[in-house]
Amino acid sequence: MPALVSIPDLASQCIHCGMCLPTCPTYDTTKRERNSPRGRISLIKAVAVGDLPITTSFAEEMSYCLGCLACQTACPAGVDYASLFEHARAEIETSGLNSSPKRSLYRYLTLDLLFTRPRLLRAFGKTLRFYQTSGAETLVRKLRLTRLLPADLRRLEPSAPRISQKFSNELIAPLESPSNPVIKKIALLTGCIQDLAYAQINRDTADVLLANGCEVHTPPVQPCCGSIHSHNGETELARDNARRLIDLFPPENFDAIISNAGGCGSHLRHYGKLLADDPSYSRRAALWDEKLKDIHEFLTEIKIIPPTQAPFPEPVTVTYHDSCHLAHGQKITRQPRALIALIPGITLVPLTESDWCCGSAGVYSITQPEQSALLLERKVKHIQATHATILLTANPGCHLQIQNALPRLNILHPVSLLAQAYRQSLPLITAN
Amino acid sequence: MLEKLTTLLGKENLLTEKEDLIPYSFDGTATFHQLPLAVAFPRTTEQIAACVKLAHETNTPVITRGSGTGLSGGSVPSEGAIVLCLVHMSDIISVDPANLTLRAQSGAITADIDAAAATHGLFYPPDPGSMKISTIGGNVAENSGGLRGLKYGVTRDYVMALTVVLPNGNIATFGNACVKDVAGYSMKDLFIGSEGTLGIITEVLLKLLPRPAARRTMLATFPSMESAAQTVSAIIAARIIPCTLEFLDQMTIRCVEDYTKIGLPTDCAALLLMETDGHPAAVADEAEKMAAIALQNGAIEVTTASTDAEALRLATARRSAFSALARVRPTTILEDVTVPRSHLAEMVSFIAKTAADLNLTIGTFGHMGDGNLHPTFLTDERDQAEMSKVHQALDLIVTKTLSLGGTITGEHGIGLAKKQWLPQQLDASSLDLMRQLKQTLDPHNLLNPGKIFP
Repeated sequence: MPALVSIPDLASQCIHCGMCLPTCPTYDTTKRERNSPRGRISLIKAVAVGDLPITTSFAEEMSYCLGCLACQTACPAGVDYASLFEHARAEIETSGLNSSPKRSLYRYLTLDLLFTRPRLLRAFGKTLRFYQTSGAETLVRKLRLTRLLPADLRRLEPSAPRISQKFSNELIAPLESPSNPVIKKIALLTGCIQDLAYAQINRDTADVLLANGCEVHTPPVQPCCGSIHSHNGETELARDNARRLIDLFPPENFDAIISNAGGCGSHLRHYGKLLADDPSYSRRAALWDEKLKDIHEFLTEIKIIPPTQAPFPEPVTVTYHDSCHLAHGQKITRQPRALIALIPGITLVPLTESDWCCGSAGVYSITQPEQSALLLERKVKHIQATHATILLTANPGCHLQIQNALPRLNILHPVSLLAQAYRQSLPLITAN
Repeated sequence: MLEKLTTLLGKENLLTEKEDLIPYSFDGTATFHQLPLAVAFPRTTEQIAACVKLAHETNTPVITRGSGTGLSGGSVPSEGAIVLCLVHMSDIISVDPANLTLRAQSGAITADIDAAAATHGLFYPPDPGSMKISTIGGNVAENSGGLRGLKYGVTRDYVMALTVVLPNGNIATFGNACVKDVAGYSMKDLFIGSEGTLGIITEVLLKLLPRPAARRTMLATFPSMESAAQTVSAIIAARIIPCTLEFLDQMTIRCVEDYTKIGLPTDCAALLLMETDGHPAAVADEAEKMAAIALQNGAIEVTTASTDAEALRLATARRSAFSALARVRPTTILEDVTVPRSHLAEMVSFIAKTAADLNLTIGTFGHMGDGNLHPTFLTDERDQAEMSKVHQALDLIVTKTLSLGGTITGEHGIGLAKKQWLPQQLDASSLDLMRQLKQTLDPHNLLNPGKIFP
């Protein structure tokens, strides 16, 4: 991405204080300076000024980084680590150092195909859904036919998400109006993994918005936000997706554009920077950034009508896990907790290390399985220590990662809990 | 020799590739860089001793490092040096509540030490700003201070015993768990603050205190630095020793308000964060008296926190000072000249005047209770012209500090950063004695060469 500020300048903002080190999960694991943000910044700078070529070791280091941005929260000097990180990954892709036929194939299938063609992604989802619900999956697992898969796919197979019965376009009409007078005109982003595996969360988001006087516009087919492309060194594809979304949701038409996925929201908020040097989009991208809101952020701003009924017949204990890109990437930690506090019949127990990465980190659980597993284990221990019956989290990646380790734990998006509470007293909200 | 080190420590405990070494070429300072020959991770005192003996064979300099957050260049490698990084020796070995002591390996993180003490209702008072990441070994080697210095003293006051690997590779232990011990010279005091030039500290025995039962936090704003300083003198004259007395000057207040937007008055000349701790009755009494004294001495407003959450909010103004300043320009140079308390206000005005005269941006904050100032230069190391003015300003500030009977460094150490001014502060025979000592203990100048002495 053409840096508006040069990479050496961005890297020079680092004052070497080391306050990022204790917050970095990889430094915590190895205690090696190169596996810390401070160390990585020094390597990125060395490469940028020509002191170090882009080597395999450098490429490995940038893959080992989670991109969790806990360092940005800790950093006193306001270093824009996210930009340095994405720049480094893009440079590494351009160098071709990591390339292999298999890797190129996987990247092509996902980044170039599935995550640029929403209809294709849904078709793939439907196929997977059929496989999961028709009995085929049970048979394949019983007969251990997964042995036929290549090793890495075989390892991943058990953690494939359960595909939703209906996708967002089957749950939400393109235009839904509230029964009370319209206060705000909202666009709702339905996402990719959210749409395929947790479409009900999108329905719940729409319900909560409707209950608070919002007119909700939800185009039935939406392209990927481009976050996965940007985090994996495919800047041009990220830009393409950004342009398509801006065209689909003209920011001038809406009071707010809502994201309910922490990982996506963090990227969606910076379209202005992504398209800064595109004269036909730069102005609208800057306007997009102003309109883009995380659902918790937006609901807190408009001061929602607090629900009057508890969501469940019995009181429940809940705990909240901060998605890295919501907490560190977007600095949204107060609002989800404030919203949860509005719900009757709920006791919120604090989660130790609530903003320590769970290991999902985009595709990290696929590319760095050991480190991902270490982090998941740490997170699971803390969750179990709360004895909460429900875990609340606002990012599909975290949701999936933790559900895989704790299949019997009830995991909900805070907005789903809110919707459930509203449903007890507002019959006009449609349930599933 | 690298081969022998690999055999001694294991392949995974020796780094030699450039990508691994670059991150160890600097510490917490902005401008010093030097690639080491290799970085080694010993796991025991015996391994460290063996490393030092190996280094002798080839006259290889040895640089000791903890988390590398020092502020004077103390752990920056010298050319061709081996860095011994002690982060894997981080055990808190034992806490002895009966004797109020704690034993830890030198790579243990200071905040973890205080947390371990807390589980027994005890506490380890020295609280340097870096304590969440700095190691106790580093703190001892620099004799680090912290915010609680006035009431509780510094790191030196809490070291009861040290295990040290000497420059010849011998292992020595100094001190013990006794409150009183005068057997032989007090050697541990030699190594405390020796910045890795006389020996490698591998294990420490620390003194702990009972954890105070209560604490009260207050924030006061003043129309002049002099009235803030007067308040501090008056508080001490009233026989109250607060555990925290932190000040911010006007430049710093403006940067903090810019960054945090918590509603600080940007036209006030000084801000004082005051905390008293101890028995709840004493704390309530002292807090009331301190607030009254502040108002009597010209405070514009005094806010006392009534809950822990509010205390944290008030303290944010002081705790975010460094962050707020660090964001303003690319290069942040943090100094730590210290003067006797009575001269602090004069020193702060001198710094402000120097900044104005040379057209530099300097924010000053620090520990008003013990006269330890942190003039913070907000600059850009790539601007040669400005950097030479920064050096000019530093020279002027050092000269003024020394003329007031102060010191060029209250807690950060000499390292590389302040070598040039050491002869200005120490008389010739003192400096000479120190050189002799170094020469006697480390005749081949293997441990952290190039540090402290110009």
